[in-house]
Amino acid sequence: MLATRALSLVGKRAISTSICVRGGHGVAKVDDYALPAYFDRRENPLPDVQFVTELSAVQKSLKEKEKGSWATLSNEEKIALYRISFKQSFAEMNEGTKEWKSVIAGMFFFIGMTGLVVLWQRKFVYGPVPPTFESEWKEKEVQRMLDMRINPVEGFSAKWDYENKEWKK
Amino acid sequence: MSLAKPAMRGLLGKRLRFHLPIAFALSVVAAAAFKYGVTEPRKQAYADFYKQYDATKEFNNMREAGIFESVRPTGK
Repeated sequence: MLATRALSLVGKRAISTSICVRGGHGVAKVDDYALPAYFDRRENPLPDVQFVTELSAVQKSLKEKEKGSWATLSNEEKIALYRISFKQSFAEMNEGTKEWKSVIAGMFFFIGMTGLVVLWQRKFVYGPVPPTFESEWKEKEVQRMLDMRINPVEGFSAKWDYENKEWKK
Repeated sequence: MSLAKPAMRGLLGKRLRFHLPIAFALSVVAAAAFKYGVTEPRKQAYADFYKQYDATKEFNNMREAGIFESVRPTGK
Protein backbone atom coordinates (compact mmCIF):
# COMPACT_ATOMS: atom_id res chain seq x y z
CA MET A 1 0.00 0.00 0.00
CA LEU A 2 2.18 2.80 1.24
CA ALA A 3 5.32 0.77 0.72
CA THR A 4 4.79 0.16 -2.98
CA ARG A 5 4.04 3.81 -3.55
CA ALA A 6 7.21 4.82 -1.79
CA LEU A 7 9.20 2.13 -3.59
CA SER A 8 7.93 3.09 -7.04
CA LEU A 9 8.98 6.68 -6.34
CA VAL A 10 12.57 5.88 -5.42
CA GLY A 11 12.81 2.41 -6.99
CA LYS A 12 14.99 3.60 -9.77
CA ARG A 13 17.86 5.86 -8.88
CA ALA A 14 17.34 9.22 -10.55
CA ILE A 15 21.06 9.87 -10.95
CA SER A 16 23.10 6.71 -10.72
CA THR A 17 26.65 7.23 -11.87
CA SER A 18 25.88 9.89 -14.45
CA ILE A 19 27.41 13.32 -14.28
CA CYS A 20 25.58 16.59 -13.73
CA VAL A 21 26.31 20.00 -15.26
CA ARG A 22 27.08 22.76 -12.81
CA GLY A 23 26.46 26.34 -13.93
CA GLY A 24 28.45 26.21 -17.12
CA HIS A 25 31.75 25.60 -15.36
CA GLY A 26 31.98 21.99 -16.31
CA VAL A 27 30.70 18.71 -15.01
CA ALA A 28 30.91 17.42 -11.45
CA LYS A 29 31.01 13.75 -10.86
CA VAL A 30 28.42 12.66 -8.32
CA ASP A 31 30.09 10.36 -5.83
CA ASP A 32 28.32 7.34 -4.46
CA TYR A 33 28.28 8.62 -0.91
CA ALA A 34 26.36 11.74 -1.95
CA LEU A 35 23.42 9.73 -3.25
CA PRO A 36 20.56 8.40 -1.13
CA ALA A 37 21.80 5.28 0.61
CA TYR A 38 20.26 2.14 2.03
CA PHE A 39 20.83 1.30 5.67
CA ASP A 40 19.13 -0.96 8.22
CA ARG A 41 18.12 1.17 11.21
CA ARG A 42 15.34 0.55 13.66
CA GLU A 43 14.40 4.21 13.82
CA ASN A 44 14.33 4.61 10.02
CA PRO A 45 12.11 1.73 8.91
CA LEU A 46 11.73 2.82 5.27
CA PRO A 47 15.12 3.73 3.76
CA ASP A 48 15.46 6.09 0.84
CA VAL A 49 16.27 3.38 -1.69
CA GLN A 50 15.51 -0.30 -1.97
CA PHE A 51 18.27 -2.73 -1.23
CA VAL A 52 18.64 -4.47 -4.60
CA THR A 53 19.36 -1.95 -7.32
CA GLU A 54 20.07 -4.22 -10.30
CA LEU A 55 17.08 -6.52 -10.61
CA SER A 56 17.54 -9.88 -12.29
CA ALA A 57 15.05 -11.04 -14.90
CA VAL A 58 13.13 -13.09 -12.36
CA GLN A 59 12.98 -10.15 -9.99
CA LYS A 60 11.86 -7.83 -12.77
CA SER A 61 8.97 -10.11 -13.67
CA LEU A 62 8.11 -10.34 -9.98
CA LYS A 63 7.96 -6.58 -9.74
CA GLU A 64 5.61 -6.53 -12.72
CA LYS A 65 3.41 -9.09 -11.00
CA GLU A 66 3.43 -6.92 -7.88
CA LYS A 67 1.62 -4.20 -9.81
CA GLY A 68 -1.41 -6.44 -10.04
CA SER A 69 -3.51 -7.90 -7.28
CA TRP A 70 -1.45 -9.02 -4.32
CA ALA A 71 -3.80 -11.89 -3.53
CA THR A 72 -2.22 -13.74 -6.44
CA LEU A 73 1.24 -13.60 -4.88
CA SER A 74 2.42 -16.70 -3.09
CA ASN A 75 4.17 -16.51 0.27
CA GLU A 76 7.60 -17.15 -1.27
CA GLU A 77 7.03 -14.36 -3.77
CA LYS A 78 6.08 -11.98 -0.99
CA ILE A 79 9.27 -12.88 0.86
CA ALA A 80 11.27 -12.42 -2.37
CA LEU A 81 9.74 -8.95 -2.83
CA TYR A 82 10.62 -8.12 0.77
CA ARG A 83 14.21 -9.19 0.27
CA ILE A 84 14.44 -7.03 -2.86
CA SER A 85 13.53 -3.98 -0.83
CA PHE A 86 15.25 -4.76 2.45
CA LYS A 87 18.53 -6.35 3.40
CA GLN A 88 17.82 -7.46 6.98
CA SER A 89 14.51 -7.90 8.73
CA PHE A 90 13.91 -6.14 12.00
CA ALA A 91 14.55 -9.34 13.90
CA GLU A 92 17.86 -9.81 12.11
CA MET A 93 19.08 -6.25 12.55
CA ASN A 94 18.11 -6.11 16.22
CA GLU A 95 19.73 -9.32 17.36
CA GLY A 96 22.51 -8.90 19.88
CA THR A 97 26.16 -9.47 19.23
CA LYS A 98 28.75 -11.17 21.41
CA GLU A 99 30.46 -7.84 21.98
CA TRP A 100 29.64 -7.79 25.66
CA LYS A 101 32.24 -10.47 26.32
CA SER A 102 35.00 -8.27 24.91
CA VAL A 103 33.67 -5.35 26.91
CA ILE A 104 33.71 -7.27 30.20
CA ALA A 105 37.16 -8.65 29.41
CA GLY A 106 38.46 -5.16 28.72
CA MET A 107 36.93 -3.88 31.94
CA PHE A 108 38.59 -6.56 34.03
CA PHE A 109 41.90 -6.01 32.28
CA PHE A 110 41.97 -2.29 32.95
CA ILE A 111 40.78 -2.70 36.52
CA GLY A 112 43.63 -5.15 37.03
CA MET A 113 46.16 -2.75 35.54
CA THR A 114 44.85 -0.02 37.80
CA GLY A 115 45.26 -2.32 40.78
CA LEU A 116 48.90 -2.92 39.89
CA VAL A 117 49.48 0.82 39.56
CA VAL A 118 47.88 1.40 42.97
CA LEU A 119 50.07 -1.25 44.60
CA TRP A 120 53.18 0.26 43.10
CA GLN A 121 52.08 3.71 44.34
CA ARG A 122 51.52 2.40 47.87
CA LYS A 123 55.05 1.01 47.93
CA PHE A 124 57.08 3.66 46.15
CA VAL A 125 55.18 6.96 46.23
CA TYR A 126 53.33 7.45 49.49
CA GLY A 127 55.06 8.38 52.75
CA PRO A 128 54.20 6.98 56.18
CA VAL A 129 50.69 7.41 57.67
CA PRO A 130 50.16 9.97 60.45
CA PRO A 131 50.88 8.97 64.09
CA THR A 132 47.14 9.01 64.82
CA PHE A 133 46.89 5.53 63.30
CA GLU A 134 49.17 3.84 65.86
CA SER A 135 47.60 1.39 68.33
CA GLU A 136 48.42 3.41 71.47
CA TRP A 137 46.95 6.53 69.96
CA LYS A 138 43.82 4.67 68.89
CA GLU A 139 43.36 3.20 72.36
CA LYS A 140 43.55 6.65 73.94
CA GLU A 141 41.16 7.92 71.29
CA VAL A 142 38.56 5.24 72.04
CA GLN A 143 38.88 5.83 75.78
CA ARG A 144 38.32 9.55 75.33
CA MET A 145 35.29 8.92 73.13
CA LEU A 146 33.78 6.66 75.80
CA ASP A 147 34.51 9.27 78.48
CA MET A 148 32.72 11.90 76.42
CA ARG A 149 29.72 9.54 76.00
CA ILE A 150 29.75 9.70 72.21
CA ASN A 151 26.35 8.47 70.90
CA PRO A 152 25.20 6.94 74.17
CA VAL A 153 21.68 5.98 73.00
CA GLU A 154 22.17 3.84 69.90
CA GLY A 155 25.76 4.27 68.77
CA PHE A 156 29.31 4.08 70.06
CA SER A 157 29.02 4.44 73.84
CA ALA A 158 25.77 2.49 73.89
CA LYS A 159 27.83 -0.62 73.18
CA TRP A 160 30.14 -0.09 76.21
CA ASP A 161 29.30 -1.48 79.60
CA TYR A 162 30.35 1.30 82.03
CA GLU A 163 29.81 -0.86 85.13
CA ASN A 164 32.06 -3.71 84.10
CA LYS A 165 34.37 -1.61 81.94
CA GLU A 166 34.09 -3.84 78.89
CA TRP A 167 32.21 -4.00 75.62
CA LYS A 168 28.67 -5.26 75.91
CA LYS A 169 28.13 -8.78 74.67
CA MET B 1 2.53 -15.51 7.14
CA SER B 2 -0.81 -14.43 8.54
CA LEU B 3 0.29 -13.02 11.86
CA ALA B 4 -2.12 -11.13 14.07
CA LYS B 5 -1.83 -7.38 13.75
CA PRO B 6 0.18 -6.13 16.74
CA ALA B 7 -1.26 -3.63 19.19
CA MET B 8 -0.67 -0.18 17.76
CA ARG B 9 -2.38 2.04 20.32
CA GLY B 10 -2.86 2.39 24.02
CA LEU B 11 0.62 1.03 24.80
CA LEU B 12 1.51 3.68 27.35
CA GLY B 13 -1.88 3.42 29.00
CA LYS B 14 -1.58 -0.33 29.27
CA ARG B 15 1.89 -0.02 30.80
CA LEU B 16 0.75 2.58 33.31
CA ARG B 17 -2.33 0.61 34.31
CA PHE B 18 -0.04 -2.31 35.05
CA HIS B 19 2.91 -0.62 36.69
CA LEU B 20 1.47 2.31 38.61
CA PRO B 21 -0.56 0.30 41.18
CA ILE B 22 2.50 -1.90 41.75
CA ALA B 23 4.74 1.13 42.16
CA PHE B 24 2.30 2.72 44.57
CA ALA B 25 1.97 -0.46 46.62
CA LEU B 26 5.74 -0.97 46.79
CA SER B 27 6.28 2.62 47.86
CA VAL B 28 3.76 2.25 50.66
CA VAL B 29 5.42 -0.99 51.74
CA ALA B 30 8.84 0.66 51.73
CA ALA B 31 7.60 3.56 53.83
CA ALA B 32 5.86 1.24 56.30
CA ALA B 33 8.92 -0.96 56.57
CA PHE B 34 11.14 2.03 57.31
CA LYS B 35 8.69 3.43 59.85
CA TYR B 36 8.26 0.20 61.81
CA GLY B 37 11.75 -1.11 61.26
CA VAL B 38 13.76 2.03 61.96
CA THR B 39 11.94 5.04 63.33
CA GLU B 40 9.69 3.35 65.90
CA PRO B 41 12.55 1.30 67.46
CA ARG B 42 14.69 4.42 67.48
CA LYS B 43 12.04 6.44 69.29
CA GLN B 44 11.63 3.60 71.78
CA ALA B 45 15.40 3.39 72.34
CA TYR B 46 15.59 7.08 73.13
CA ALA B 47 12.57 6.89 75.45
CA ASP B 48 14.09 3.96 77.36
CA PHE B 49 17.48 5.65 77.60
CA TYR B 50 16.11 8.84 79.13
CA LYS B 51 13.74 7.08 81.48
CA GLN B 52 16.70 5.94 83.61
CA TYR B 53 18.98 8.86 82.88
CA ASP B 54 20.60 10.68 85.80
CA ALA B 55 22.21 13.80 84.35
CA THR B 56 24.16 14.74 87.47
CA LYS B 57 25.66 11.28 87.83
CA GLU B 58 26.73 11.23 84.22
CA PHE B 59 28.22 14.70 84.56
CA ASN B 60 30.27 13.67 87.58
CA ASN B 61 31.52 10.56 85.80
CA MET B 62 32.59 12.64 82.81
CA ARG B 63 34.21 15.16 85.13
CA GLU B 64 36.25 12.48 86.84
CA ALA B 65 37.36 11.17 83.46
CA GLY B 66 38.91 14.58 82.89
CA ILE B 67 37.37 15.60 79.58
CA PHE B 68 36.10 19.01 80.69
CA GLU B 69 38.19 22.16 80.66
CA SER B 70 35.85 24.29 82.79
CA VAL B 71 35.72 21.92 85.74
CA ARG B 72 38.71 19.85 86.82
CA PRO B 73 38.30 16.41 88.46
CA THR B 74 37.64 16.64 92.24
CA GLY B 75 40.85 16.61 94.24
CA LYS B 76 43.61 18.67 92.72
